[in-house]
Amino acid sequence: MSEKKNQAKMVQEISGANPYKCMKCGKCSATCPSYDEMDIKPHQFVSYVQRGDIEALAQSKSLWKCLSCFACVERCPRDVEPGRIIDAARQIVVRQRGGNYLKAEEIPPLVDEDLPQQLLVSAYRRYKR
Amino acid sequence: MKFSYYPGCTLRNKAKDLDAYARASAKALGFELEELSDWQCCGGVYPLGTDEIASKLSSVRALAQADEKGQSLVTLCSACHHVLKRVNDDMANVEDIRTRANNYMKLDKPYTGQTKVLHFLEVLRDEIGFDTLKEKVVNPLTGRKIGAYYGCLLLRPGKVMAFDDPENPQIIEDFIQALGAEPVVYPYRNECCGGYISLKEPDMAKNMCKTIEESAKGFGAEALITACPLCRYNLNKTQSDLPVYYFTELLAEALGVKEEALK
Repeated sequence: MSEKKNQAKMVQEISGANPYKCMKCGKCSATCPSYDEMDIKPHQFVSYVQRGDIEALAQSKSLWKCLSCFACVERCPRDVEPGRIIDAARQIVVRQRGGNYLKAEEIPPLVDEDLPQQLLVSAYRRYKR
Repeated sequence: MKFSYYPGCTLRNKAKDLDAYARASAKALGFELEELSDWQCCGGVYPLGTDEIASKLSSVRALAQADEKGQSLVTLCSACHHVLKRVNDDMANVEDIRTRANNYMKLDKPYTGQTKVLHFLEVLRDEIGFDTLKEKVVNPLTGRKIGAYYGCLLLRPGKVMAFDDPENPQIIEDFIQALGAEPVVYPYRNECCGGYISLKEPDMAKNMCKTIEESAKGFGAEALITACPLCRYNLNKTQSDLPVYYFTELLAEALGVKEEALK
């Protein structure tokens, strides 16, 4: 199996999502609160997986703009769950490539006295291996 | 009535009042929150990857401990509730996760998702009843116009969370009404506050929170209530004149136990 196909298969396995169910209605992008910040938009995620172009997803800013708000997951009429697809691409980057988006030494200046522990824990989970 | 209780990391630190108001209110309403003796942090976000097991184990431990005591497990923080409820769903319905988690943990009794996970608001609605709550109110919040801020994690995905209608919820509006105040329904009440993005990209979260607050104010809200410490933190960052309270603070106030709660 080519490396491209292998990566696409891995995204499907980690996400549990089936990109071939998508009917391109665009509801996910319409409802995404991070749409303006994303270079690859939620309705496009599936096309990248179908084409096996995981590299583009892995390089995408969108990995770090998803808020896990599950708006796309809730509102997808075909249960494709684009939020799971982008999360799987993110996992490949943090697990296999050391692509951490948050480093421990970055944190102290970002902390103020009201900052809830929940924010640090969540950010670590999402941004770092 | 006694429930197992999972406070979570933030309620032991920056959101101590969310916890204290809830405990005092529970006492006034005649039920007890029995804190699990050995809980661990839920991780804040539900691990979406189908192959993630280790990051779900702290939730499984809490769920199994409540099961041993034969109690439902009550949460307050929206994030803890989301993670525990979804991991519980995995343990009940995803064979691979259930098998691997049980193999790893070797519990005396296998855990297969039997614990009922209840958010404190669900206890009020389903176990106590909003009518009973209304009868116990000694300081009705008459004339106050309150907007419910649901956010994401209590509602979505609706099929698993089963908290309320994910697009048109009413549980917090019913709660507000039971306290004698006037609920203000506004369009952005179940849209995201930005969540953890506020750590690295505070402006993104700030813009989202401004939209939420403008929406609420436009419909006449004079204050917002939430169950989530991170939602509250993000909303407060806009420095608008719209106060944001934990729902338990208003509850304790209406039940007349606000002062003693913080002692």
